[in-house]
Amino acid sequence: MSEQIVIVGAGHGGFQTVVALRQYGYVGKIVLIESDTHLPYQRPPLSKAFMKGDISAEALCFKPERYYGDHNIERISKQATAIDRPNRRVVLDDGSTVPYMHLILATGACNRPLTIPGSDLDGVHGLRTLTDAAALSHRLKTATSVAVIGAGFIGLEFAAVARAAGATVHVIELAGRPMARAVSEPVSAFFTDALSGTGIHFHFNQTTERIIGVQGSVTGVETSQGESLEADLVVYGIGVTPNAQLASEAGIKCANGIIVDECLTSSDPDVSAIGDCASFPQADTGELIRLESVQNAADQARCVAKKLTKGAERFAVVPWFWSEQGNLKLQIAGLSTGHDQTLVLGDPAANRYSVLCFKNSVLIAVESVNAPADHMIARRILSSTIRPSYEEACSKAFTLKSWEASTKESPAQHEAESARTHLCG
Amino acid sequence: MPTISYIQPDGSTVSVDAEPGVSIMQAATMNDIDGIVAECGGNAMCATCHVYVESHLDQLPEMSEDEDALLYSAAAERKPNSRLCCQIPATEALDGLIVRVPQAE
Repeated sequence: MSEQIVIVGAGHGGFQTVVALRQYGYVGKIVLIESDTHLPYQRPPLSKAFMKGDISAEALCFKPERYYGDHNIERISKQATAIDRPNRRVVLDDGSTVPYMHLILATGACNRPLTIPGSDLDGVHGLRTLTDAAALSHRLKTATSVAVIGAGFIGLEFAAVARAAGATVHVIELAGRPMARAVSEPVSAFFTDALSGTGIHFHFNQTTERIIGVQGSVTGVETSQGESLEADLVVYGIGVTPNAQLASEAGIKCANGIIVDECLTSSDPDVSAIGDCASFPQADTGELIRLESVQNAADQARCVAKKLTKGAERFAVVPWFWSEQGNLKLQIAGLSTGHDQTLVLGDPAANRYSVLCFKNSVLIAVESVNAPADHMIARRILSSTIRPSYEEACSKAFTLKSWEASTKESPAQHEAESARTHLCG
Repeated sequence: MPTISYIQPDGSTVSVDAEPGVSIMQAATMNDIDGIVAECGGNAMCATCHVYVESHLDQLPEMSEDEDALLYSAAAERKPNSRLCCQIPATEALDGLIVRVPQAE
Protein backbone atom coordinates (compact mmCIF):
# COMPACT_ATOMS: atom_id res chain seq x y z
CA MET A 1 0.00 0.00 0.00
CA SER A 2 1.21 3.48 -0.78
CA GLU A 3 2.65 5.51 2.07
CA GLN A 4 1.94 8.87 0.54
CA ILE A 5 -0.52 11.53 1.66
CA VAL A 6 -2.62 12.90 -1.17
CA ILE A 7 -4.37 16.26 -1.10
CA VAL A 8 -6.97 17.28 -3.68
CA GLY A 9 -7.18 21.05 -3.97
CA ALA A 10 -4.35 23.57 -3.59
CA GLY A 11 -6.26 26.52 -2.22
CA HIS A 12 -5.64 27.79 1.28
CA GLY A 13 -6.72 24.50 2.90
CA GLY A 14 -4.71 22.21 0.64
CA PHE A 15 -1.61 24.40 0.73
CA GLN A 16 -1.61 24.85 4.50
CA THR A 17 -1.97 21.08 4.90
CA VAL A 18 1.28 20.64 2.98
CA VAL A 19 3.11 23.25 5.08
CA ALA A 20 1.75 21.92 8.37
CA LEU A 21 2.60 18.30 7.56
CA ARG A 22 6.22 19.29 7.00
CA GLN A 23 6.27 21.58 10.03
CA TYR A 24 4.99 18.77 12.26
CA GLY A 25 7.65 16.42 10.98
CA TYR A 26 5.97 14.32 8.33
CA VAL A 27 8.78 13.19 6.03
CA GLY A 28 6.89 10.96 3.59
CA LYS A 29 5.84 11.91 0.08
CA ILE A 30 2.99 14.38 -0.32
CA VAL A 31 1.03 14.69 -3.56
CA LEU A 32 -0.94 17.88 -4.22
CA ILE A 33 -3.52 17.60 -6.99
CA GLU A 34 -4.97 20.83 -8.38
CA SER A 35 -6.47 21.51 -11.80
CA ASP A 36 -5.67 25.26 -11.68
CA THR A 37 -2.26 25.43 -13.36
CA HIS A 38 -1.04 28.46 -11.41
CA LEU A 39 1.34 27.80 -8.53
CA PRO A 40 -0.79 27.73 -5.36
CA TYR A 41 -1.76 31.29 -4.47
CA GLN A 42 -3.55 33.43 -1.89
CA ARG A 43 -7.17 34.34 -2.49
CA PRO A 44 -7.90 37.38 -0.27
CA PRO A 45 -5.83 39.85 -2.29
CA LEU A 46 -7.75 38.96 -5.48
CA SER A 47 -10.58 41.32 -4.51
CA LYS A 48 -8.28 43.87 -2.87
CA ALA A 49 -4.64 44.68 -3.67
CA PHE A 50 -4.49 42.54 -6.81
CA MET A 51 -7.76 43.97 -8.14
CA LYS A 52 -6.41 47.48 -7.54
CA GLY A 53 -3.25 46.59 -9.44
CA ASP A 54 -1.02 47.07 -6.38
CA ILE A 55 0.53 43.62 -6.55
CA SER A 56 1.43 41.15 -9.28
CA ALA A 57 0.20 37.59 -9.74
CA GLU A 58 3.67 36.34 -8.78
CA ALA A 59 3.43 38.04 -5.40
CA LEU A 60 0.24 36.07 -4.70
CA CYS A 61 2.01 32.71 -4.72
CA PHE A 62 2.31 31.14 -1.30
CA LYS A 63 5.74 29.79 -2.14
CA PRO A 64 8.09 29.82 -5.13
CA GLU A 65 8.12 26.76 -7.38
CA ARG A 66 11.30 25.34 -5.91
CA TYR A 67 9.61 25.00 -2.50
CA TYR A 68 7.65 21.98 -3.69
CA GLY A 69 10.59 20.04 -5.10
CA ASP A 70 12.76 21.01 -2.13
CA HIS A 71 10.19 19.58 0.28
CA ASN A 72 9.34 16.36 -1.62
CA ILE A 73 5.92 17.59 -2.64
CA GLU A 74 4.70 16.42 -6.03
CA ARG A 75 2.30 18.84 -7.72
CA ILE A 76 -0.06 17.32 -10.26
CA SER A 77 -1.88 19.86 -12.42
CA LYS A 78 -4.78 17.66 -13.43
CA GLN A 79 -8.43 17.29 -12.50
CA ALA A 80 -9.32 14.56 -10.02
CA THR A 81 -12.37 12.81 -11.44
CA ALA A 82 -13.05 10.00 -8.97
CA ILE A 83 -11.99 8.42 -5.70
CA ASP A 84 -11.52 4.66 -5.96
CA ARG A 85 -11.98 4.00 -2.26
CA PRO A 86 -11.67 0.21 -2.23
CA ASN A 87 -8.23 0.58 -3.83
CA ARG A 88 -7.36 3.78 -2.00
CA ARG A 89 -6.50 5.82 -5.04
CA VAL A 90 -7.59 9.01 -6.78
CA VAL A 91 -8.42 8.81 -10.48
CA LEU A 92 -7.35 11.76 -12.67
CA ASP A 93 -8.88 13.10 -15.88
CA ASP A 94 -6.28 11.37 -18.01
CA GLY A 95 -7.14 8.00 -16.49
CA SER A 96 -3.99 7.79 -14.36
CA THR A 97 -4.31 7.01 -10.67
CA VAL A 98 -2.65 8.31 -7.50
CA PRO A 99 -2.56 5.89 -4.58
CA TYR A 100 -2.98 7.22 -1.04
CA MET A 101 -2.43 6.17 2.53
CA HIS A 102 -4.61 9.08 3.56
CA LEU A 103 -6.58 11.45 1.36
CA ILE A 104 -7.44 15.04 2.23
CA LEU A 105 -10.21 16.71 0.26
CA ALA A 106 -9.67 20.46 0.15
CA THR A 107 -11.77 20.98 -2.94
CA GLY A 108 -13.30 24.26 -1.84
CA ALA A 109 -16.45 25.66 -3.34
CA CYS A 110 -17.52 27.15 -6.63
CA ASN A 111 -19.50 30.29 -7.37
CA ARG A 112 -23.24 29.93 -7.69
CA PRO A 113 -23.72 30.87 -11.34
CA LEU A 114 -25.79 33.77 -12.54
CA THR A 115 -28.60 32.45 -14.74
CA ILE A 116 -30.82 35.46 -15.41
CA PRO A 117 -31.28 36.58 -19.02
CA GLY A 118 -28.14 38.30 -20.28
CA SER A 119 -25.77 36.45 -17.93
CA ASP A 120 -23.70 35.29 -20.85
CA LEU A 121 -23.08 38.76 -22.23
CA ASP A 122 -19.52 39.99 -22.44
CA GLY A 123 -18.77 42.05 -19.33
CA VAL A 124 -20.48 39.80 -16.80
CA HIS A 125 -17.95 38.43 -14.30
CA GLY A 126 -17.71 36.24 -11.24
CA LEU A 127 -14.74 36.41 -8.90
CA ARG A 128 -13.17 33.40 -7.31
CA THR A 129 -9.90 32.45 -8.98
CA LEU A 130 -6.80 34.25 -10.18
CA THR A 131 -8.02 33.82 -13.75
CA ASP A 132 -11.31 35.52 -12.81
CA ALA A 133 -9.51 38.31 -10.99
CA ALA A 134 -7.06 39.01 -13.80
CA ALA A 135 -9.89 39.27 -16.35
CA LEU A 136 -11.95 41.45 -14.05
CA SER A 137 -9.07 43.74 -13.08
CA HIS A 138 -8.37 44.30 -16.74
CA ARG A 139 -12.03 45.04 -17.50
CA LEU A 140 -12.29 47.42 -14.56
CA LYS A 141 -9.64 49.69 -16.12
CA THR A 142 -12.10 50.80 -18.80
CA ALA A 143 -15.40 50.45 -16.93
CA THR A 144 -17.41 53.59 -16.25
CA SER A 145 -20.45 52.13 -14.51
CA VAL A 146 -20.47 48.90 -12.53
CA ALA A 147 -23.42 46.85 -11.30
CA VAL A 148 -22.59 44.51 -8.44
CA ILE A 149 -25.10 41.74 -7.85
CA GLY A 150 -24.95 40.62 -4.23
CA ALA A 151 -23.87 42.67 -1.21
CA GLY A 152 -21.84 39.93 0.42
CA PHE A 153 -18.14 40.25 1.19
CA ILE A 154 -16.94 39.69 -2.36
CA GLY A 155 -19.47 42.10 -3.85
CA LEU A 156 -18.64 44.84 -1.37
CA GLU A 157 -14.88 44.43 -1.59
CA PHE A 158 -15.08 44.72 -5.34
CA ALA A 159 -17.55 47.62 -5.14
CA ALA A 160 -15.10 49.53 -2.93
CA VAL A 161 -12.23 48.98 -5.38
CA ALA A 162 -14.41 49.93 -8.37
CA ARG A 163 -15.60 53.08 -6.62
CA ALA A 164 -12.05 54.08 -5.68
CA ALA A 165 -11.13 53.63 -9.36
CA GLY A 166 -13.73 56.26 -10.20
CA ALA A 167 -16.55 54.15 -11.62
CA THR A 168 -20.23 54.69 -10.81
CA VAL A 169 -21.18 51.73 -8.65
CA HIS A 170 -24.59 50.20 -8.02
CA VAL A 171 -24.97 47.30 -5.59
CA ILE A 172 -28.16 45.25 -5.91
CA GLU A 173 -29.05 43.04 -2.96
CA LEU A 174 -31.94 40.69 -2.29
CA ALA A 175 -31.90 41.22 1.49
CA GLY A 176 -32.67 44.45 3.25
CA ARG A 177 -29.08 45.03 4.27
CA PRO A 178 -25.53 44.10 3.21
CA MET A 179 -23.69 40.98 4.46
CA ALA A 180 -27.02 39.87 5.94
CA ARG A 181 -25.92 36.25 6.41
CA ALA A 182 -22.80 37.07 8.32
CA VAL A 183 -23.00 40.29 10.31
CA SER A 184 -25.25 41.99 12.83
CA GLU A 185 -27.67 44.75 11.93
CA PRO A 186 -25.53 47.50 13.47
CA VAL A 187 -22.55 46.48 11.32
CA SER A 188 -24.73 46.29 8.20
CA ALA A 189 -26.03 49.77 8.94
CA PHE A 190 -22.56 51.23 9.58
CA PHE A 191 -21.25 49.75 6.34
CA THR A 192 -24.22 50.93 4.31
CA ASP A 193 -23.60 54.45 5.63
CA ALA A 194 -19.84 54.38 5.17
CA LEU A 195 -19.90 52.87 1.68
CA SER A 196 -22.78 55.11 0.57
CA GLY A 197 -20.64 57.97 1.80
CA THR A 198 -18.05 57.07 -0.83
CA GLY A 199 -20.73 57.31 -3.52
CA ILE A 200 -21.78 53.67 -3.84
CA HIS A 201 -25.50 53.33 -4.59
CA PHE A 202 -27.32 50.53 -2.77
CA HIS A 203 -30.53 48.91 -4.02
CA PHE A 204 -31.84 46.65 -1.27
CA ASN A 205 -34.76 44.19 -1.34
CA GLN A 206 -34.33 43.79 -5.07
CA THR A 207 -33.18 41.14 -7.46
CA THR A 208 -31.62 41.70 -10.83
CA GLU A 209 -34.17 40.53 -13.35
CA ARG A 210 -32.10 40.78 -16.50
CA ILE A 211 -28.89 42.06 -17.94
CA ILE A 212 -29.18 43.94 -21.21
CA GLY A 213 -26.56 44.47 -23.83
CA VAL A 214 -25.75 45.78 -27.26
CA GLN A 215 -23.80 43.70 -29.77
CA GLY A 216 -23.08 41.10 -27.15
CA SER A 217 -21.68 43.45 -24.51
CA VAL A 218 -23.42 44.51 -21.33
CA THR A 219 -24.96 47.99 -21.20
CA GLY A 220 -27.23 47.78 -18.18
CA VAL A 221 -29.30 45.82 -15.69
CA GLU A 222 -32.98 45.86 -14.76
CA THR A 223 -34.11 45.20 -11.21
CA SER A 224 -37.26 43.64 -9.77
CA GLN A 225 -38.46 47.07 -8.71
CA GLY A 226 -38.29 48.28 -12.28
CA GLU A 227 -35.05 50.24 -11.94
CA SER A 228 -32.92 50.46 -15.05
CA LEU A 229 -29.25 50.94 -14.22
CA GLU A 230 -26.53 51.68 -16.73
CA ALA A 231 -23.60 49.31 -16.48
CA ASP A 232 -20.72 48.38 -18.73
CA LEU A 233 -19.48 45.83 -16.20
CA VAL A 234 -21.50 43.45 -14.06
CA VAL A 235 -19.94 41.50 -11.19
CA TYR A 236 -21.91 38.91 -9.28
CA GLY A 237 -21.20 37.42 -5.88
CA ILE A 238 -24.29 35.45 -4.95
CA GLY A 239 -22.82 32.70 -2.87
CA VAL A 240 -21.01 29.45 -3.43
CA THR A 241 -21.74 25.74 -3.33
CA PRO A 242 -19.27 23.26 -1.85
CA ASN A 243 -17.35 21.00 -4.24
CA ALA A 244 -18.47 17.72 -2.76
CA GLN A 245 -19.13 15.72 -5.91
CA LEU A 246 -15.90 13.70 -5.77
CA ALA A 247 -16.81 12.57 -2.27
CA SER A 248 -20.52 11.99 -2.81
CA GLU A 249 -19.93 10.03 -6.01
CA ALA A 250 -17.52 7.83 -4.08
CA GLY A 251 -20.14 7.10 -1.45
CA ILE A 252 -18.76 9.41 1.26
CA LYS A 253 -21.53 11.05 3.31
CA CYS A 254 -22.33 14.61 2.24
CA ALA A 255 -24.92 17.24 3.16
CA ASN A 256 -24.05 20.92 2.64
CA GLY A 257 -20.53 19.70 1.90
CA ILE A 258 -18.51 16.67 2.93
CA ILE A 259 -19.58 15.63 6.42
CA VAL A 260 -16.71 15.16 8.85
CA ASP A 261 -16.46 14.45 12.57
CA GLU A 262 -14.79 16.59 15.22
CA CYS A 263 -11.38 15.37 14.01
CA LEU A 264 -12.27 16.30 10.41
CA THR A 265 -12.48 12.66 9.31
CA SER A 266 -15.21 11.81 6.79
CA SER A 267 -17.39 8.71 6.79
CA ASP A 268 -14.32 6.98 5.29
CA PRO A 269 -11.57 6.78 7.94
CA ASP A 270 -8.86 7.21 5.31
CA VAL A 271 -10.36 10.44 3.99
CA SER A 272 -10.43 13.87 5.68
CA ALA A 273 -12.09 17.02 4.38
CA ILE A 274 -11.31 20.63 5.24
CA GLY A 275 -12.16 24.20 4.38
CA ASP A 276 -15.01 25.50 2.23
CA CYS A 277 -16.07 21.96 1.24
CA ALA A 278 -16.36 20.51 4.74
CA SER A 279 -19.38 20.32 7.04
CA PHE A 280 -18.07 19.83 10.58
CA PRO A 281 -19.49 19.82 14.13
CA GLN A 282 -19.28 23.25 15.77
CA ALA A 283 -17.28 23.00 19.00
CA ASP A 284 -19.90 24.56 21.33
CA THR A 285 -23.08 22.96 20.03
CA GLY A 286 -22.11 19.91 17.97
CA GLU A 287 -24.28 21.23 15.18
CA LEU A 288 -22.86 20.74 11.67
CA ILE A 289 -21.69 23.94 10.01
CA ARG A 290 -19.67 24.84 6.97
CA LEU A 291 -17.51 27.98 7.10
CA GLU A 292 -16.29 29.92 4.10
CA SER A 293 -13.15 31.59 5.37
CA VAL A 294 -9.43 31.44 4.76
CA GLN A 295 -8.70 31.09 8.47
CA ASN A 296 -11.03 28.13 8.81
CA ALA A 297 -9.30 26.39 5.92
CA ALA A 298 -5.87 27.07 7.41
CA ASP A 299 -6.86 26.04 10.94
CA GLN A 300 -8.49 22.84 9.71
CA ALA A 301 -5.43 22.09 7.60
CA ARG A 302 -3.29 22.29 10.73
CA CYS A 303 -5.73 20.07 12.63
CA VAL A 304 -5.59 17.34 9.99
CA ALA A 305 -1.82 17.59 9.74
CA LYS A 306 -1.61 17.12 13.53
CA LYS A 307 -3.92 14.13 13.28
CA LEU A 308 -1.63 12.50 10.75
CA THR A 309 1.59 13.21 12.61
CA LYS A 310 1.01 13.58 16.33
CA GLY A 311 -2.45 12.20 16.96
CA ALA A 312 -6.01 13.38 16.52
CA GLU A 313 -7.29 16.49 18.23
CA ARG A 314 -10.80 17.83 18.37
CA PHE A 315 -11.18 20.79 16.03
CA ALA A 316 -12.29 23.60 18.29
CA VAL A 317 -10.80 26.82 16.96
CA VAL A 318 -12.80 30.00 17.41
CA PRO A 319 -13.86 30.95 13.89
CA TRP A 320 -12.51 34.26 12.69
CA PHE A 321 -12.77 36.17 9.50
CA TRP A 322 -11.81 39.46 7.93
CA SER A 323 -12.87 41.67 5.05
CA GLU A 324 -11.38 44.88 3.74
CA GLN A 325 -13.73 47.31 2.00
CA GLY A 326 -12.06 50.59 1.09
CA ASN A 327 -10.63 51.94 4.35
CA LEU A 328 -12.87 49.73 6.48
CA LYS A 329 -11.14 46.71 7.99
CA LEU A 330 -13.78 44.37 9.36
CA GLN A 331 -12.71 41.48 11.57
CA ILE A 332 -15.12 38.99 13.07
CA ALA A 333 -14.38 36.65 15.97
CA GLY A 334 -16.91 33.89 16.63
CA LEU A 335 -20.21 33.30 14.84
CA SER A 336 -23.03 35.73 15.48
CA THR A 337 -25.80 33.44 14.19
CA GLY A 338 -28.70 33.41 16.62
CA HIS A 339 -27.62 36.47 18.59
CA ASP A 340 -30.40 38.28 20.40
CA GLN A 341 -28.62 41.40 21.70
CA THR A 342 -25.87 43.65 20.43
CA LEU A 343 -23.77 46.34 22.05
CA VAL A 344 -21.64 48.89 20.24
CA LEU A 345 -18.33 49.91 21.82
CA GLY A 346 -15.93 52.53 20.54
CA ASP A 347 -16.37 55.34 18.05
CA PRO A 348 -18.58 54.49 15.07
CA ALA A 349 -18.37 58.08 13.80
CA ALA A 350 -14.62 57.58 13.43
CA ASN A 351 -15.17 54.14 11.85
CA ARG A 352 -13.36 52.54 14.79
CA TYR A 353 -15.63 50.30 16.89
CA SER A 354 -16.65 46.81 17.89
CA VAL A 355 -20.11 45.30 18.01
CA LEU A 356 -20.52 42.66 20.70
CA CYS A 357 -23.13 39.99 19.90
CA PHE A 358 -24.81 38.11 22.72
CA LYS A 359 -27.09 35.09 22.88
CA ASN A 360 -28.95 34.51 26.16
CA SER A 361 -26.68 37.18 27.61
CA VAL A 362 -23.54 35.23 26.67
CA LEU A 363 -21.00 36.84 24.34
CA ILE A 364 -20.84 34.74 21.15
CA ALA A 365 -19.18 37.00 18.59
CA VAL A 366 -17.42 40.33 18.21
CA GLU A 367 -17.39 42.30 14.97
CA SER A 368 -14.60 44.87 14.92
CA VAL A 369 -13.98 47.63 12.41
CA ASN A 370 -10.51 49.21 12.35
CA ALA A 371 -10.00 47.80 15.85
CA PRO A 372 -7.55 44.91 15.51
CA ALA A 373 -6.62 44.93 19.19
CA ASP A 374 -10.29 44.37 20.14
CA HIS A 375 -10.43 41.54 17.62
CA MET A 376 -7.39 39.75 19.05
CA ILE A 377 -8.75 40.06 22.59
CA ALA A 378 -12.16 38.83 21.42
CA ARG A 379 -10.59 35.73 19.91
CA ARG A 380 -8.95 34.94 23.23
CA ILE A 381 -12.12 35.59 25.20
CA LEU A 382 -14.23 33.45 22.87
CA SER A 383 -11.86 30.52 23.19
CA SER A 384 -12.60 30.48 26.90
CA THR A 385 -15.84 29.77 28.73
CA ILE A 386 -15.27 32.87 30.86
CA ARG A 387 -16.98 35.66 28.98
CA PRO A 388 -18.52 39.03 29.79
CA SER A 389 -22.29 39.05 30.10
CA TYR A 390 -24.44 41.65 28.41
CA GLU A 391 -24.99 43.36 31.78
CA GLU A 392 -21.27 43.59 32.46
CA ALA A 393 -20.57 44.92 28.99
CA CYS A 394 -23.18 47.64 29.44
CA SER A 395 -21.30 49.26 32.30
CA LYS A 396 -19.82 52.65 31.41
CA ALA A 397 -16.16 51.80 31.87
CA PHE A 398 -16.28 48.46 30.07
CA THR A 399 -13.73 47.74 27.36
CA LEU A 400 -12.65 44.31 26.13
CA LYS A 401 -9.10 45.15 27.17
CA SER A 402 -9.98 46.13 30.74
CA TRP A 403 -12.31 43.15 31.11
CA GLU A 404 -9.66 40.71 29.94
CA ALA A 405 -7.12 42.29 32.31
CA SER A 406 -9.56 41.96 35.22
CA THR A 407 -10.20 38.27 34.50
CA LYS A 408 -6.50 37.68 34.90
CA GLU A 409 -6.55 39.42 38.27
CA SER A 410 -9.64 37.75 39.70
CA PRO A 411 -10.55 34.66 37.70
CA ALA A 412 -12.83 33.15 40.34
CA GLN A 413 -15.23 36.10 40.30
CA HIS A 414 -15.58 35.88 36.54
CA GLU A 415 -16.02 32.13 36.49
CA ALA A 416 -18.94 32.53 38.84
CA GLU A 417 -20.51 35.22 36.67
CA SER A 418 -20.10 33.09 33.55
CA ALA A 419 -21.59 30.08 35.29
CA ARG A 420 -24.59 32.18 36.25
CA THR A 421 -25.32 33.10 32.64
CA HIS A 422 -24.36 29.56 31.49
CA LEU A 423 -22.72 29.03 28.17
CA CYS A 424 -24.93 27.02 25.84
CA GLY A 425 -28.42 28.50 26.11
CA MET B 1 18.21 44.57 -3.72
CA PRO B 2 18.71 44.80 0.05
CA THR B 3 19.98 41.74 1.87
CA ILE B 4 17.93 40.70 4.89
CA SER B 5 19.11 38.12 7.41
CA TYR B 6 16.79 36.01 9.51
CA ILE B 7 18.10 34.29 12.64
CA GLN B 8 16.16 31.23 13.79
CA PRO B 9 15.73 30.23 17.47
CA ASP B 10 18.44 27.59 16.98
CA GLY B 11 20.91 30.28 15.93
CA SER B 12 21.01 29.35 12.25
CA THR B 13 20.89 32.32 9.88
CA VAL B 14 19.52 32.62 6.37
CA SER B 15 20.20 35.72 4.27
CA VAL B 16 18.05 36.60 1.31
CA ASP B 17 17.96 39.30 -1.33
CA ALA B 18 14.64 41.08 -1.03
CA GLU B 19 12.79 41.90 -4.26
CA PRO B 20 12.14 45.62 -4.70
CA GLY B 21 8.87 46.73 -3.09
CA VAL B 22 8.31 43.74 -0.82
CA SER B 23 8.05 43.76 2.96
CA ILE B 24 10.44 41.92 5.27
CA MET B 25 7.57 39.44 5.77
CA GLN B 26 7.13 38.84 2.04
CA ALA B 27 10.89 38.42 1.58
CA ALA B 28 10.67 35.71 4.24
CA THR B 29 7.68 33.84 2.83
CA MET B 30 8.95 34.08 -0.76
CA ASN B 31 12.23 32.53 0.38
CA ASP B 32 10.65 29.87 2.55
CA ILE B 33 12.02 31.18 5.87
CA ASP B 34 10.57 29.19 8.77
CA GLY B 35 8.63 30.80 11.58
CA ILE B 36 7.32 33.87 9.79
CA VAL B 37 3.69 33.28 9.00
CA ALA B 38 1.45 35.75 7.22
CA GLU B 39 -1.97 34.64 8.39
CA CYS B 40 -3.65 37.85 7.32
CA GLY B 41 -1.53 38.21 4.20
CA GLY B 42 0.42 41.23 5.47
CA ASN B 43 -2.43 43.52 6.41
CA ALA B 44 -1.61 44.27 10.07
CA MET B 45 -4.58 42.21 11.17
CA CYS B 46 -2.86 39.40 13.06
CA ALA B 47 0.53 39.10 14.73
CA THR B 48 2.04 36.05 13.11
CA CYS B 49 4.88 37.92 11.37
CA HIS B 50 6.24 39.17 14.68
CA VAL B 51 10.06 39.48 14.72
CA TYR B 52 12.73 41.05 16.93
CA VAL B 53 14.66 43.61 14.92
CA GLU B 54 18.36 43.45 15.74
CA SER B 55 19.76 46.26 13.56
CA HIS B 56 18.84 49.50 11.77
CA LEU B 57 16.41 50.33 14.57
CA ASP B 58 16.36 54.04 13.80
CA GLN B 59 15.70 53.43 10.11
CA LEU B 60 12.48 51.54 10.54
CA PRO B 61 9.17 53.16 9.63
CA GLU B 62 7.16 54.46 12.57
CA MET B 63 4.90 51.96 14.23
CA SER B 64 1.17 52.57 13.69
CA GLU B 65 -1.37 52.37 16.53
CA ASP B 66 -2.74 49.18 15.03
CA GLU B 67 0.66 47.50 14.90
CA ASP B 68 1.30 48.59 18.47
CA ALA B 69 -1.99 47.10 19.64
CA LEU B 70 -1.43 43.87 17.73
CA LEU B 71 2.05 43.34 19.15
CA TYR B 72 0.47 42.91 22.57
CA SER B 73 -1.36 39.94 21.09
CA ALA B 74 1.68 38.27 19.58
CA ALA B 75 2.33 34.69 20.66
CA ALA B 76 5.94 35.32 21.65
CA GLU B 77 6.94 37.83 24.35
CA ARG B 78 6.84 41.43 23.22
CA LYS B 79 10.20 43.20 23.52
CA PRO B 80 11.22 46.79 22.78
CA ASN B 81 12.54 45.70 19.38
CA SER B 82 9.40 43.75 18.44
CA ARG B 83 7.84 44.63 15.09
CA LEU B 84 5.36 43.10 12.65
CA CYS B 85 7.62 42.61 9.67
CA CYS B 86 4.78 42.94 7.15
CA GLN B 87 4.87 46.62 8.08
CA ILE B 88 8.53 47.08 7.20
CA PRO B 89 9.25 47.59 3.50
CA ALA B 90 12.61 46.18 2.38
CA THR B 91 14.26 49.42 1.27
CA GLU B 92 17.92 49.96 0.33
CA ALA B 93 18.38 51.80 3.62
CA LEU B 94 17.70 48.48 5.34
CA ASP B 95 20.36 46.58 3.41
CA GLY B 96 22.02 44.26 5.91
CA LEU B 97 18.97 44.21 8.22
CA ILE B 98 19.02 41.44 10.81
CA VAL B 99 15.85 40.11 12.36
CA ARG B 100 15.40 37.34 14.89
CA VAL B 101 12.52 34.93 14.49
CA PRO B 102 10.78 34.26 17.83
CA GLN B 103 10.40 30.78 19.27
CA ALA B 104 7.14 29.27 17.93
CA GLU B 105 4.50 28.60 20.60
